Amino acid sequence: MTTASEAAAEAAAELLLPVPDEDGAPFWEYAAQGELRVQACAACGRLRFPPRPCCPHCRSFDSEWRRMSGRGRIWSYVRPHPPLLPAYAAQAPYNVILVELADAPHIRLAGNLVTSADAPLDSVDPARLRIGARVHAVFTETGGMAVPRWVLEKS
Amino acid sequence: MAATLKDATAIVGIGQTDFAKRLPQSEKELACRAILAALADAGIDPGEVDAFASYTMEETDEVEVAKAIGAGDVTFFSKIGYGGGGSCATVGHLASAVATGQATVGVAWRSRKRGSGPRPWKNTAVQLPTPGQWTRPFGLLRPADEIGMLARRYMHEYGATRDHLFNVAMACRNRANANPAAMMYERPLTREMYMTSRMISDPLCLFDNCLETDGALACVIVSAERARDCRQKPVYVHSVAQGLPAQHHGMVNYWNDDPLSGPAWTAARHLWKQADFGPQDVDVAQIYDAFTPLIPLSLEGYGFCGRGEGAAFTEGGALEMGGRLPINTGGGGLSEAYVHGFNLINEGVKQLRGVSTAQVPDAATCLVTAGEGVPTSAILLRS
Repeated sequence: MTTASEAAAEAAAELLLPVPDEDGAPFWEYAAQGELRVQACAACGRLRFPPRPCCPHCRSFDSEWRRMSGRGRIWSYVRPHPPLLPAYAAQAPYNVILVELADAPHIRLAGNLVTSADAPLDSVDPARLRIGARVHAVFTETGGMAVPRWVLEKS
Repeated sequence: MAATLKDATAIVGIGQTDFAKRLPQSEKELACRAILAALADAGIDPGEVDAFASYTMEETDEVEVAKAIGAGDVTFFSKIGYGGGGSCATVGHLASAVATGQATVGVAWRSRKRGSGPRPWKNTAVQLPTPGQWTRPFGLLRPADEIGMLARRYMHEYGATRDHLFNVAMACRNRANANPAAMMYERPLTREMYMTSRMISDPLCLFDNCLETDGALACVIVSAERARDCRQKPVYVHSVAQGLPAQHHGMVNYWNDDPLSGPAWTAARHLWKQADFGPQDVDVAQIYDAFTPLIPLSLEGYGFCGRGEGAAFTEGGALEMGGRLPINTGGGGLSEAYVHGFNLINEGVKQLRGVSTAQVPDAATCLVTAGEGVPTSAILLRS
């Protein structure tokens, strides 16, 4: 007999994995080292997301990956309910948040607000979801990849 | 003087199949039935068709359609991307082709078995329309999740409420209740039903989402000169526009610096620049409504109110018959049928012919828009 937490762990294992493209691959490689990094233009220094081959401001093809503090604020959020893919339905309603980065508020990353890196997607009380809430990045290992998640800063 | 599309062409025929959750015919058969109905409405022989336009998501291609309906030699064909963002561009492309002499009789169509067919978001191998690596793993899986994110922020910034979204759902449902072809004919909606319905992607509930529909529609476009000899009163294509804003990201525009200023704004600027009239002169509008929040966002983008005023605009029956701007008079995607917005085009034509089931008295101008949140398109029709 499987316990509820084992069932949740099994379901979590079926979550979709990121399928990196050439431009995005460095993000996931840095994530595997526990670092949140964003692509920046090596010529003019402007950050950009999602990553792409050249800078929309100065058109330089030289880029670098700049380390972020990992802090941010919730810009918006949803709570998906079924019908959903089975692994997501098993944890629904869960939250998906958009985090604007403290270091670069115009860059917003989608993610999940959880109570700890490896906690289920529905582990945070929905009453605590609030636009403007301060969060910071943590990383969880799933299917051999490191994926960023978000936890609330102590209020 | 530069060439202009203004009133150079007209929609002279419209056709549609039944709309239902499940139809027995294939998408190809539905496409052919809608197209032949539109040609019959126009009084034009299928052998005269020499131009086709549809969506890249249309699975029945023009080779198959042309062969099946017995079209002649085809000299123009076009497909527009981004799902529901392409609806009005099908008319725009054909208007351009006919006005510049590349073709004489154009058919635009959309056939879809979304009611009984698969949901695109279930196919995780196809990571469209967004770069899926940044969203899908986190459970942002469906268009409702993506638009829900914008809706929550919109509500937060401008004080919009679920009551405002209900106003939109209600206006569309009320029109569908008068339209025997609508899936929601004789199925009234109440505020209580809305407020207690199940959530799909909180803050969006069941009634904030469009219908899953099987069905097809088509329309026929010819030159204004030829239109005068057709069976129906011509409905002129007054202005057309597409819109892909700077730094836009399809469906997930929150990577843009200003996510609440979407493709509608870009399309609108060009649309009005080419037109002899403005938003204040629009008698009736068919505004793309895959989700209720797209209406306030579009009302702002197309200039019916100021930035942040779209939700308040829906108050006091403004979107209802006799209101400031009756919308989606066939019921729209929310309550007539969701066929990627093509029913909005045909409903615009019905209004300007004076034959809508929710007729705006003496309607002479109509705005039709395509999907907001993705690269979009719009047309202005006039009688």
